[in-house]
Amino acid sequence: MAEQHQEARVPTVIADELHIVYKVNGAKKGKGSATAALSRILRRGEERGVREVHAVRGVSFVSYKGEAIGLIGSNGSGKSTLLRAIAGLLPAERGRVYTNGQPSLLGVNAALMNDLTGERNVILGGLAMGMSREQIRERYQEIVDFSGINEKGDFISLPMRTYSSGMAARLRFSIAAAKDHDVLMIDEALATGDRKFQKRSEARIRELRQQAGTVFLVSHNNKSIRDTCERVLWLERGELRMDGPTDEVLKEYEEFTAK
Amino acid sequence: MSESTHDGPVAVSPRPAPDDGPTAAELAARYGLSVSGARPAIPAYVRQLWNRRHFIVAFSRAKLSAQYSQAKLGQLWQVVTPLLNALVYYLIFGLILNAGRGLPKDVYIPFLVTGVFVFTFTQTSVMSGVRAISGNLGLVRALHFPRASLPISFALQQLQQLLVSMIVLFVVVMVFGSRPSLSWLLIVPALLLQFGFNTGLALIMARAGAHTPDLAQLMPFVTRTWMYASGVMFSIPAMLEGRPRWIADVLQWNPAAVYMDLIRFALIDGYGSENLPPHVWAVALGWAVVILAGGFVYFWKAEERYGRG
Repeated sequence: MAEQHQEARVPTVIADELHIVYKVNGAKKGKGSATAALSRILRRGEERGVREVHAVRGVSFVSYKGEAIGLIGSNGSGKSTLLRAIAGLLPAERGRVYTNGQPSLLGVNAALMNDLTGERNVILGGLAMGMSREQIRERYQEIVDFSGINEKGDFISLPMRTYSSGMAARLRFSIAAAKDHDVLMIDEALATGDRKFQKRSEARIRELRQQAGTVFLVSHNNKSIRDTCERVLWLERGELRMDGPTDEVLKEYEEFTAK
Repeated sequence: MSESTHDGPVAVSPRPAPDDGPTAAELAARYGLSVSGARPAIPAYVRQLWNRRHFIVAFSRAKLSAQYSQAKLGQLWQVVTPLLNALVYYLIFGLILNAGRGLPKDVYIPFLVTGVFVFTFTQTSVMSGVRAISGNLGLVRALHFPRASLPISFALQQLQQLLVSMIVLFVVVMVFGSRPSLSWLLIVPALLLQFGFNTGLALIMARAGAHTPDLAQLMPFVTRTWMYASGVMFSIPAMLEGRPRWIADVLQWNPAAVYMDLIRFALIDGYGSENLPPHVWAVALGWAVVILAGGFVYFWKAEERYGRG
């Protein structure tokens, strides 16, 4: 890679030999009974009842401004964990992630409450993502229209628990996509809603990508990766197996999964 | 790197090779990239929290109204629950155990109800603090915000719950012969100090609970013991009559007792300053400042580690 070429491109995320280890309580082998737990506590030598999951093992890459990067790999290969580490939501065991600005994960599901109306959830979700009240007020109508919740009557003023799963998913995506981001990470968000809504969300993602510095997309749908990304990272068992142009990596990946 | 099986025509560049230019750290420095998820310094952290104040308030109000949304009586339970609590304690301690020794009946009932409400404020702040992080891991792992927002938000939710209970309390106090006076205004500084103290406790419990979720099982016993030792349903000086006065003073300097006594003193006409320990306002202020500041720093020190689970 020529030096001038690298100078021209501005890095947005640099991962340097990143390792992520989860600690899971009470997952040590053995029964979950009270006596088993007691004997674990008494046997002090080993870590008591804690099992470690080494989810990401030494991943390094550099992403640049204007790139859309797909993350592929079989289930449990560490894709979502890697995204969370880039967002600074999971602490690194070893290695580092450097980022430009605050990378954000497209997802506000956790901040929303099923017992509240859609209307209050739009406000709560916006605030949770760090939008100001003025920004939310400006975008409110846009969010509701985009979700299409009100196409079949005034549903936005009903509690979210009364929504069908498709409606709830659409509202969640609409809230999450309402904010502009420096580095945006999307974790399989494209699979929600009916065909019409999927088209609308793909268009919104292209828009977000123009505003954002870099977009990361996790998906098991190779077609949506092909449509949106020009570079792909392939993770397998927490290790970076391949990093390159979409066509080349997907070709290898399809051969690998066909086995 | 396990790319051994995939040599050949594919352009594989899993990391910036060392001979290819600067190292990751140098590259990051050159373009002004910062370490993701690093803990900010305290002034920056306070500023971030201030920027999130609308979220903190909205989250606490949302939690409060979601709490009873499935019940038929809805938000009415916010008032009925503390009232029923006070009634149960009155039946057991007032009538059966006669714990109201040393206090006339028209003082004892408002004394008890005030005690129950004010102690519940601290107790629920502790309990929701324990679960503030460990019960919201999804939120912590999905979104970026100063984590102290959560325990502060939960403490704020309890404050709003208490303000609703206060309406019941005013009615009870007036039924038993006290009349609104200027001294009622003292509940504002007293509640503010208690809120500061509770927030500090919630922050401490949030960090402890994030590391050891088992605390959620243990804390009810700790807070109940604390309640029985704080003179919620009996007057500490009256119980210790005949013993050296300093024992009662020390017991009354316990923060829960201090805040209860201040509110009782403010609201109940028959509960005069002879029931208060010496230097009571200084002690109330001291507890609030020490616990709030200490709790904040203690919580902040683990900021980047929340969410590991």
